[in-house]
Amino acid sequence: MNNDNWPLWEVFTQKRTGLPFEHAGNVHAPDKEMALMNARDVYSRRNEATCIWVVPSDSIVSSTPEDMGSFFEPSNDKAYRHPNFYKTPGAIFE
Amino acid sequence: MTTHEALARYCIRLGDTSLILGQRLGEWCGHGPILEEDIALTNISLDLIGQTRAFYTVACEISNNGLDEDRLAFLRSEREFQNVLLAEQPNGDFAQTILRQLLISAFQKLNFEALLHSKHETVAALAHKSLKEVTYHLRHSADWTIRLGQGTEESARRMNEAVGELWMYVDDLFDMDEVDQLLIKEQVGVDAAGLRTAWDNLINGIMKEAGLSIPEKPFSIRGSRSGKHTEHLGHLLAEMQSLHRAIPGAEW
Repeated sequence: MNNDNWPLWEVFTQKRTGLPFEHAGNVHAPDKEMALMNARDVYSRRNEATCIWVVPSDSIVSSTPEDMGSFFEPSNDKAYRHPNFYKTPGAIFE
Repeated sequence: MTTHEALARYCIRLGDTSLILGQRLGEWCGHGPILEEDIALTNISLDLIGQTRAFYTVACEISNNGLDEDRLAFLRSEREFQNVLLAEQPNGDFAQTILRQLLISAFQKLNFEALLHSKHETVAALAHKSLKEVTYHLRHSADWTIRLGQGTEESARRMNEAVGELWMYVDDLFDMDEVDQLLIKEQVGVDAAGLRTAWDNLINGIMKEAGLSIPEKPFSIRGSRSGKHTEHLGHLLAEMQSLHRAIPGAEW
């Protein structure tokens, strides 16, 4: 088997209408039509999805592990950035 | 022949074609040209084997004589199978597998569409379920046929060779006998011969887009309705049935 020459596509599946799409994995395919068919065959053969997105992997922009500190940590020590800073009126839970 | 007997045989035939084609596609497991296609071919195989089980089960219920799906699949001999001859043809290369799938899936799609109107409720329900599956099989094989036909010189050459290998078995798809005639009269079965024009139009469109030509007056081999097969079925059955024959009733 050799699929070195085919580009990689990221696959996102939606379990039910209205739910968010979740990353399922990736497939190799020469173009979008076949990417969709391959994604269907690999990630939804047991009725796992109602809709599938495929995206060329190189179109995904990701933060890097080096970004972790500057991207995410500043929010950790600032409790006032989280909504639990506010008192919720008890009636709202009834 | 009673309507019941005819219907049992009719269901067994539909199951036979799905089983033999499913077994053939299963031979690709671990040998697909790429991982994704390996999974696609075996998915189709599993769809077909699922259809087989459903149609065999109906046939056994109608016959009501102790027959079960394992006996049908594993304990019948070559002449007792009535699958279409195309289904048993060897996988050959990927082009030949794809063309075989295209020709059969196109037939199955038209056949199940017509079978939706069967007066036998269970058969109509099975047609409804199977139709969704074969519609995808047709999409998959049509897409690949066009890609290979329009692809490289080599892929087009291989598709043309597949046409030469397989087209002689096309007429056999549409053959009918007294079983079909009886069930057409009862509005339970499908007039397979009547699907030919629609099949020709469907296939011609796909082949044209693929840039592949169809033999004008092909040599024709038929005989599946009377259980006459090409030399390939015996070998397939020997492999498929060996375990069950060695260890009767084996389960895992």
